[in-house]
Amino acid sequence: MPTIDMSKTELREVNATLQSAAGTQATEAYVLENPRGSHAVAVGLNGPLDVTVKGSTGYYCAGMNKDATIHVEGSAGPGVAENMMSGTVVIDGDASQYAGATGHGGLLVIKGNASSRCGISMKGIDIVVHGSIGHMSAFMAQKGNLVVLGDAGDALGDSLYEARLFVRGSVKSLGADCVEKEMRPEHLEILADLLARAGADAKPEEFKRYGSARTLYNFNIDNADAY
Amino acid sequence: MSTPTTEPRQSWTFSKETNSEIRRAAATGIYDIRGGGAKRRVPHFDDLLFLGASISRYPLEGYREKCDTSVTLGTRFAKKPIELKIPITIAGMSFGSLSGRAKEALGRGATMAGTSTTTGDGGMTEEERGHSEKLVYQYLPSRYGMNPDDLRRADAIEVVVGQGAKPGGGGMLLGQKITERVAGMRDLPQGIDQRSACRHPDWTGPDDLEIKILELREITNWEKPIYIKVGGARPYYDTALAAKAGADVIVLDGMQGGTAATQDVFIEHVGQPTLACIRPAVQALQDLGLHREVQLVVSGGIRTGADVAKALALGADAVSIGTAALVALGDNDPKWEEEYQKLGTTAGAYDDWHEGRDPAGITTQDPELMKRLDPEAAGRRLRNYLNVLTLECQTLARACGKSHVHNLEPEDLCALTMEAAAMAQVPLAGTNWWPGKPGF
Repeated sequence: MPTIDMSKTELREVNATLQSAAGTQATEAYVLENPRGSHAVAVGLNGPLDVTVKGSTGYYCAGMNKDATIHVEGSAGPGVAENMMSGTVVIDGDASQYAGATGHGGLLVIKGNASSRCGISMKGIDIVVHGSIGHMSAFMAQKGNLVVLGDAGDALGDSLYEARLFVRGSVKSLGADCVEKEMRPEHLEILADLLARAGADAKPEEFKRYGSARTLYNFNIDNADAY
Repeated sequence: MSTPTTEPRQSWTFSKETNSEIRRAAATGIYDIRGGGAKRRVPHFDDLLFLGASISRYPLEGYREKCDTSVTLGTRFAKKPIELKIPITIAGMSFGSLSGRAKEALGRGATMAGTSTTTGDGGMTEEERGHSEKLVYQYLPSRYGMNPDDLRRADAIEVVVGQGAKPGGGGMLLGQKITERVAGMRDLPQGIDQRSACRHPDWTGPDDLEIKILELREITNWEKPIYIKVGGARPYYDTALAAKAGADVIVLDGMQGGTAATQDVFIEHVGQPTLACIRPAVQALQDLGLHREVQLVVSGGIRTGADVAKALALGADAVSIGTAALVALGDNDPKWEEEYQKLGTTAGAYDDWHEGRDPAGITTQDPELMKRLDPEAAGRRLRNYLNVLTLECQTLARACGKSHVHNLEPEDLCALTMEAAAMAQVPLAGTNWWPGKPGF
């Protein structure tokens, strides 16, 4: 198993090595040691590569990931897995702001808590947070699923489009145009699958579903008070 | 004998135009939304003149001596800077706002003229990538269609912080232009209004932006020049901060720069004229020792080769055109006057680009209207226009004795008005003074 010591290796070399390995469909798993909160670690991977990061990362870890599986054995700074296209990213600790921002696909698992704006503008990614999430999460979220085993902060799902939000705990407040919705069998099925893939010990029936009321989809001056 | 009467006098304050807007607002309860840039008269390049050569300067022969127009953008950090034959680029305009054929025409025209075009919101289309030898991929707050493959297919990346028509504002593409294709590219349902956010979702300030740029460079192997586009709000500080954040190129868009759609009050009342933005931006780069190392691209109301030359003389490395390029393609052409009349407007004034009913077939997704634009013919018109801009710019540069258009300098200019003199920091015609000049 190739190991890269980030205390002795430049970031460019680290990412170039991983990007090259991912691009050649390498079957080896890589380990990154001593990330020391570095930014932009394991970004732009473009193939089914396994990467384990032994420690915490800074901004944008696993950014624009495509097909790779990245496991951070620590916490992640802002924008982890931003704009992810596919693959899997697992954070053992907490995640800072904007986790999974604008992600188009793949699965992001945060085993601790996620800060504000988790899943902002998400476009198809699935995010499972074992703990709680901060305010303004899923702001303008377009597609995909956000699953929260703990609580959600203020203004959940503000100006939401078609993303589905599942919260097991309390929701401090819902944002504009976000409403609680009926949990139908197909939603329980989606939830069960995501919980299983995220290794989460929870039952789908314990969650509530939130989604868009779709009243703000076309601009109407009579809705001006909503903003 | 009748008593003499005074002519009915219209109020300057409450003009016919103002009153018509009051009546429209009273009837609808909503602000006016339109495309384009500021329509009000603001100090502009027309208020500057070149001095030309005389005894103290000697000119270059207009038809014989070389006057270079090439420009290289992205020389600071990028492994693969963009080399352009002319210092005029095509500004970012979205697919969605424009038809695919219009994007193709822009690519064709720009490529024939030896310059680049720019994507806009909504992602990269095959029409544009396929026909643009050099394509700048905009990285916008919405991230519609953003993906690492297109990022790597681009020749440069432009992080859009703002635009001149609406510094501090986002965008809205109304549902009538959201066809199945546009909706698919943006991951949203067909027919709904699509909001483009006013700020990025995963960074908030210049320190974050620096890290964002690091990420983009790491994803693209440090090959692509990174542009940062800002609206003309606080050009000194915005330019300095963009340079500090690691930009290779800064695109500075004044208030005459266009938009696909926003509130008229925003377009007309926010931001600074292009002329007022250039010198502070150049000063910021000079103060940092980065002028010419970080290239400055100026946009917003560029129409002629004289505008190009004046922007370069004030310190820009290149200019960018959007509205003028659309006009070259055929936008607002009087040949469609009858149809403009039906829409309650007239050729030259049509700006309801967001409604998707463009008679010229450019700012539309209507299949029938789109067919009106022949991308090959429109591309040739754009090439011709770009060539004329370049020739005009060269003519003026040679008259000032310059063998490269980048050798134009503020000393080659004077101003016709106090305002222009103050903004451009060049002497008022007939004097050696401008407002704010040190020592006076």
